[in-house]
Formats: sequence, structure tokens, C-alpha cells
Amino acid sequence: MGQIQLKKVTKSFGSTEVIPPLDLTIEDGEFTVFVGPSGCGKSTLLRLIAGLEDITTGHIEIDGQDATSVVPAKRGLAMVFQSYALYPHMSVRKNIAFPLRMAKLSQTAIDQKVEAAASVLNLTDYLDRRPGQLSGGQRQRVAIGRAIVREPSAFLFDEPLSNLDAALRVGMRLEISELHERLKTTMVYVTHDQVEAMTMADKIVVLQAGVIEQVGTPLELYRTPRNIFVAGFIGSPKMNFMTGSEAAKHSAHTIGIRPEHINVVESGGDWQGTVGVAEHLGSDTFFHIHNTGLAETLTVRAIGDVSLKHGDTIHLSPRVDDIHRFDAAGLRIS
Amino acid sequence: MARSVTTQRKALTTVAAWTIALIIFFPIYWTILTSFKTEAQAINDPPLFFAFDWTLENYSVVQERSDYMKFLWNSVIIAGGSTVLGILIAIPAAWSMAFVPSQRTKDILLWMLSTKMLPAVGVLYPISLIFVKFDLLDTRGGLLVVIMLINLPIIVWMLYTYFREIPGEILEASRMDGATLKEELLYVLTPMAIPGIASTLLLNFILAWNEAFWTLNLTAANAAPLTAFIASYSSPEGLFFAKLSAASTMAIAPILILGWFSQKQLVRGLTFGAVK
Repeated sequence: MGQIQLKKVTKSFGSTEVIPPLDLTIEDGEFTVFVGPSGCGKSTLLRLIAGLEDITTGHIEIDGQDATSVVPAKRGLAMVFQSYALYPHMSVRKNIAFPLRMAKLSQTAIDQKVEAAASVLNLTDYLDRRPGQLSGGQRQRVAIGRAIVREPSAFLFDEPLSNLDAALRVGMRLEISELHERLKTTMVYVTHDQVEAMTMADKIVVLQAGVIEQVGTPLELYRTPRNIFVAGFIGSPKMNFMTGSEAAKHSAHTIGIRPEHINVVESGGDWQGTVGVAEHLGSDTFFHIHNTGLAETLTVRAIGDVSLKHGDTIHLSPRVDDIHRFDAAGLRIS
Repeated sequence: MARSVTTQRKALTTVAAWTIALIIFFPIYWTILTSFKTEAQAINDPPLFFAFDWTLENYSVVQERSDYMKFLWNSVIIAGGSTVLGILIAIPAAWSMAFVPSQRTKDILLWMLSTKMLPAVGVLYPISLIFVKFDLLDTRGGLLVVIMLINLPIIVWMLYTYFREIPGEILEASRMDGATLKEELLYVLTPMAIPGIASTLLLNFILAWNEAFWTLNLTAANAAPLTAFIASYSSPEGLFFAKLSAASTMAIAPILILGWFSQKQLVRGLTFGAVK
């Protein structure tokens, strides 16, 4: 079990309200990702769930039990920190065993569980090392090992991959996803990286300034963003936005179209402009186009290698069905 | 060119360092030297540096006249006890100031430090009265508590600085791992802060060992530590420089030896936080 419910939760630091009243339900077994720009309150929200910060008003329920004033140790949650937060004076074995020791398990049970966790995470050879002697990826695995041994009702991850290099990050992302598939335990994951959110989540919670902008599956957010903020935040490269006459044609205040929904055509097309920067990735080509009269820069994704270069004129044809329309308040017009 | 300048500068700083070190060391050296002279040689003019009859007489006289071991034992108990008691009180205090600071934490820290600015004699009267009232005069327990209180601000400040260097996330991790506050302090914070705690212990032990004002005012015979032992030889009616020196040498020897063996810890402790 691992259902987490936030009911009218608020958080203020002094007179600054960082989280206005917020309601959210995280279902048992779900992989939920909190995503948003820096300072949007996503880490604070996670810390409120963990109990590391006290909520100012409202209630938190874990498995239907009011956990608002329960200390972190008694909430049955495990957390993986951005800095790994391993105990530097203990060996890997002792680090992983620590929560079990605190739970007063017998030494044989502890050894058994530590060995099992170590073998799952490929840490068996490193059990007697200190965290200082491990690489970033190994440290992260120790932190995860320490979290899984106590079989918590939910895992909380606070930007766990942001200290790793790009290649390792992709690997660990898969490992965490696989772990979720295997354990089927509720996971709450905080990140500012929308790619992590899109690839890992069952459910994404997009936050801005402590307010939930939208909750949905990755594809729901991609296909039907509720407002301009979500539309711009989800998807890479970013959605193009246009106002003025082009938006008026679609009877909207602002329209948005994703780079992958604009076709590059030989000639004609609805729009044209000058290629500024062309990024050739082999599988795709990203064009940053100027002088379109629509927006300062228009980003277009073309499949394969398209041989247009800086200064060339490019002809574009948007897929009309994939244009998102927003009103003056920035909300989606359906 | 550049090389000769650095060599020159190096030589200069070396000479300066040695000069300062010798000036600081000279009184200790002179005390030890004098303790091996006769009373007449001790006040000889011009002063005698090496050419005198080395004697151990002063030591045997001092030992005969007063029970060195009793004073030593009192010093160990008072300095050790006040240090241990101080650390036990200071760890939770420094923990709360470093990891759960309130808006007033800085003020409290400064206020604690401000008590060190007060001249000790300013509270001599009230403390003496308390001692009389509670029958604490000339007891080791009473002196131990007073010395602990005198040094407590320094212990809290030192520990606070060390604890500030420990990432709070590690303590939060222990809380998430199910550790109670006691377990968090015992298994996570304290082992991580061992170097800092050790140098705090050491420095506080030295401060308590050398404390003279309160020991002289609050003890007489039973609880008198080594500082009182030295003072008993600085008699105004006679010149007993050699015996005074012997007593001083005996009193500072234990702490000097302790300091010598723990130099590394002490230097690290005093410069901790300067370089990360």
C-alpha cells in the first residue's frame, strides 16, 4: 500500500507563501513525477510529504491515515536525495543496513536483506568500501539500496540524477524505471528535467510557483496541455508560440505548435524564413529559423538529415490539426 | 631572479618564525631551567644559563611539602569532568543551532559569547554566595560545574562551526531511515563530527586545566587542582623561585605532553572551516 493524499496543504516560510492551498492524490503503485522550473516548490512539496518540513495548514494522509504530524521516521517512506546523503563514516554495507538497524531487525535478517539489495543493484563487490571510494553512479545505487531494503510504502526521489553525467543519467533512469516495474511501489520523483518526467512517469504533476498547473499522463500533457505554461514546459525542443494575425486566423489569442509538427517543404508552404542555426543530429535536424514574421525564432524538427544550412530560405507547412489554441488568459481553447 | 627572491623570503620567514617561537617558549624554558637550580642560583645576577649545579632538590622538597598526586588527581577530575559534561550539554545545543536554527539563533550565539566578555571577577560575589549557600566551597563537583559553565560558550561555538560543515541532508536521510533524535545524534552526527569534537575536547581540557581564577577563589585544600598547587609556592614572604619553578614544571608537564601528542588535532581544530 502506498497511497498519498494531500488535502488543502499550504506551506509558508515566514510571511512568504511558497505553496498555496493544494490538493493532490498519488495512487498506490503509481510513478508520479513533480516537474517544474527551479523554485516552483516541487522539492518543498516532496519534503512536506516526507515530513522533513512541517506543513503550515492542511492534511497529509498516507494510506488513509492522517500523517500530518507524524515524524519522518514513522511515515514508512524512503527518500533518495540529490546529494545521495550517504553516511560517509560507514561502509556501503552499513549504509544499506542503517534503516534496518534502526528498525531493530536481527543481524541475520539485516545481512540477508543487505546482500539481496546489493545483488539487485550490482553492489556486492563494493559492500566493504566507503562512499568516498565510489563513483557517482555507485553512490546513487547505494542511496537507492538504502531506500529499498526497508520496503517502504513509497519512495521519494529528490532530483536523484542531477549530479550524474549525461550518459550515466540515462542508464540510471532506466534502472529506476525497471525498479518500479519490479517493486510496483509508489514512487514520487522530483525533477526539473521534462525528459526524465516524460520517460519515467505514469503521472506528471506540473508545478509553477507552488501551484499545480496540470496533472496527467505524459501523453495527455503533450497532446492537450491545459495552458501555455504546460505547453511550453513539456516537449523538447520547446513549442513555438505565435500571437497576432496568425493566431487570429485560428480565432485564438495565442497559438502554439511543436517543432515536430511543422513540415519542411521544397517550395510554397504557409510560412517561410531564413535558417539561423541548423543542428544535425543524424536522426533529426533542428532548424532555428528567423525572419518568419511569426515569432522571433521558430524551431522546426525535420526527420532525417535535411541539407539546409545557415542563411538558406526554408519553406514550412504546419500541421493544422496539431495547432494548440490559447485564449488571452493563456488557457487552452478546445 | 624570482628564485632568489623566494629563497630570501623563505629564509626571512623561517628566522621570524623561530624568533617568535623562541620568545613564546622562553618563559617555559626559563621555568624548567630554574627548577633545576638552587634558590641562590635562581636569583643570581647575571642570570645563569647553563653553568650552574644541576639539582633535583627542588622537586623532592616540593613533593615532600605537598601531595602532588592529590593536586594532579583533582586537576584531572575537574578538567576532565567539566569537559565531558560541557560536551554532553553542548552537542544537542550546537545541533539545534546548526540544523534547526530559529530567527533568534544568531542572537543567542552572540549572547552566549558575550558572557565571555564579562570579567570573571564581576560574578565572583554571586557565585561565592551560591557556593556558600549550597555548601560547595572547596568541592570538586562545584568547581567542575563552574569551570564547565565558564567554557560552555566556547564549546558550543566550536561545535556549532563544525556542525555547520556537515550537510543537513545526511541528517535528514537518517531521519527518513527511521532514526530517532537520539540515534541521529549518536550514530550519524557524532561520528561524522569526531575530529571537531576531539579538538573541542582537547582545547577545553587545556583551558580547564589552566584555569586559575575560580580554582584559587573557590578551593582551599580538598579540591585544589594544580593551579592552586603552583600558587601555594609563590609566597610573598620569601623568595622560592626554584621551588615555584619546580612546582610549575610539575603542573604543566601533563598538559604539555598531552598537547605535544595531539598537535595535529589541535591545529586542525583551530583552523577548521578556514579551508573547505
